[in-house]
Amino acid sequence: MQTIAEIEDQIAEEFSLFDDWMDKYEYIIELGKNLPLIDEKYKTDEYKVKGCQSQVWLNAEMKEGKLIYKADSDAIITKGLIALLIRVLSNQKPEDIANAKLEFINKIGMKEHLSPNRSNGLMSMINYMKNYALTYSGENVR
Amino acid sequence: MQSDVIENIAKRKSQTGFDVYKLRDEFPILNQKVHGNPVVYLDNAATNQKPLSVINSISDYYKTINSNVHRGVHSLSEKATEAYEAAREKVREFVNADSIKEIIFTSGTTEGVNLVAYSFGESILNEGDEVIVSQMEHHSNLVPWQILCEKKNAVLKYIPVNDAGELIMNEFEKMINDKVKMISVVYVSNSLGTINPVKEIIEIAHKHNIPVMLDAAQAAPHLKIDVKYSDCDFLAFSGHKVFGPTGIGILYAKEKFLEKMLPYKSGGEMIKSVTYNETVFNDLPYKFEAGTPNIEGAIGLGAAIDFIKRIGYENISAQENELLDYANEKLGEAGGIRFIGTAKNKASVVSFLIEGVHPYDAGTILDQMGIAVRTGFHCTQPLIEQRYKLTGTIRASFSIYNTKEEIDRLAEGILKVKKMLV
Repeated sequence: MQTIAEIEDQIAEEFSLFDDWMDKYEYIIELGKNLPLIDEKYKTDEYKVKGCQSQVWLNAEMKEGKLIYKADSDAIITKGLIALLIRVLSNQKPEDIANAKLEFINKIGMKEHLSPNRSNGLMSMINYMKNYALTYSGENVR
Repeated sequence: MQSDVIENIAKRKSQTGFDVYKLRDEFPILNQKVHGNPVVYLDNAATNQKPLSVINSISDYYKTINSNVHRGVHSLSEKATEAYEAAREKVREFVNADSIKEIIFTSGTTEGVNLVAYSFGESILNEGDEVIVSQMEHHSNLVPWQILCEKKNAVLKYIPVNDAGELIMNEFEKMINDKVKMISVVYVSNSLGTINPVKEIIEIAHKHNIPVMLDAAQAAPHLKIDVKYSDCDFLAFSGHKVFGPTGIGILYAKEKFLEKMLPYKSGGEMIKSVTYNETVFNDLPYKFEAGTPNIEGAIGLGAAIDFIKRIGYENISAQENELLDYANEKLGEAGGIRFIGTAKNKASVVSFLIEGVHPYDAGTILDQMGIAVRTGFHCTQPLIEQRYKLTGTIRASFSIYNTKEEIDRLAEGILKVKKMLV
């Protein structure tokens, strides 16, 4: 079982192979297309992380001490970035999720997608993911 | 090959003989790269770029005459006041108002609408009364009226919009009744580009003694504003959309209304005298300009008006219409484009969707190619979401300094978006 930091490093390494933006985005688009669709029952306002530009739906479930995230978006690039976040954070212990620094986003040159200006729901989604983790961890991890 | 060369040379000069390349030299920001590509700035409806004359007017102000306006007895204050008031006179002439008493400096269109909604709307609206706006309002000409109506238990009604993005005028006429106390409509739609028949709206409203406000934020960059011709009662626009700086705007209002209206902001500058017991308000237009004003902004706006006068609205319209036609043609050729807003009378704004592509994804790829467009609701969420049932559009908006080559770049960008995403 890989740690969050290990997965982050792995992703940064994968992206270092791409030498232009098109390759990077083509990979993210591919990830977005392959992300398992969230169950339709979760695609309601209750699970919606509202963004102005794109919508994100998020569900979290505890299984054997680990948080499992499922998410979706109507924009494919947002969805591809979600796929990366899920790869890093899903199936990890809540404590570890709450403490994750998520530096890989910067390393792979996708930081701009987290800017509030984008209003694509991604930053809010990360906040929600971390809030779930804090709620489930039941202790002060900060 | 030769015909390509000829075509390219011909493209350099528009049909009007206006030399856009020479003009571009006045806009230093356009001469830069974004993600390694020369920037193609097609987000002019959000804000347009500033010519050197405007940029210099602001730095000159700070270098030479910076001082607080009005009331100062020293020379610098007098010079600053003169420059500030000269800008007001330029605005008066720009909108063809009778008197500078009718020209109020605001922070932008949003403040202009808020000022009218609070200072005027509050005093004329009673329970059960009605205010009319349209379905295509920018949030800034919708939310203030929504809040006002809620507070007054009044009803906010919307002039419907047809599929092409035009106001349905016979529906509007049916909406007029004795309860309607105010109409506020957008002159040119920021998300669809539609130029609305505001003169007709005002004529109908005035037959029933209903005052009309125009949100001219998107009109002022493209059309000559003439408050006497349209006979509007209130009109607001923003400096930053007419080549001027941000943080400055204009509210024009007929003197007869301004005299009766109470200020909604108070403090320094807007007073004639103050005692511990009471305040006598200043004369028009200062009554509505509490606090130290945006002096540099006003001076910059004055310089922007000089710039527009030098270019001339005839050239602006001719150049922008040519770009609009060219964009419609090129985007049409790209295929799989759905245009949102196909009104007969349009400003140089193209809102569209690429079949099978989310606007956010398209905007992201175009940005990587150095092309700046806007995606999303464009601050008209009810129009895009409720009226058109969309999650957003891609909007390219053109200004006088844009070129056909830039539209070619947009078309190439769209082809790349399709290749990557469809």
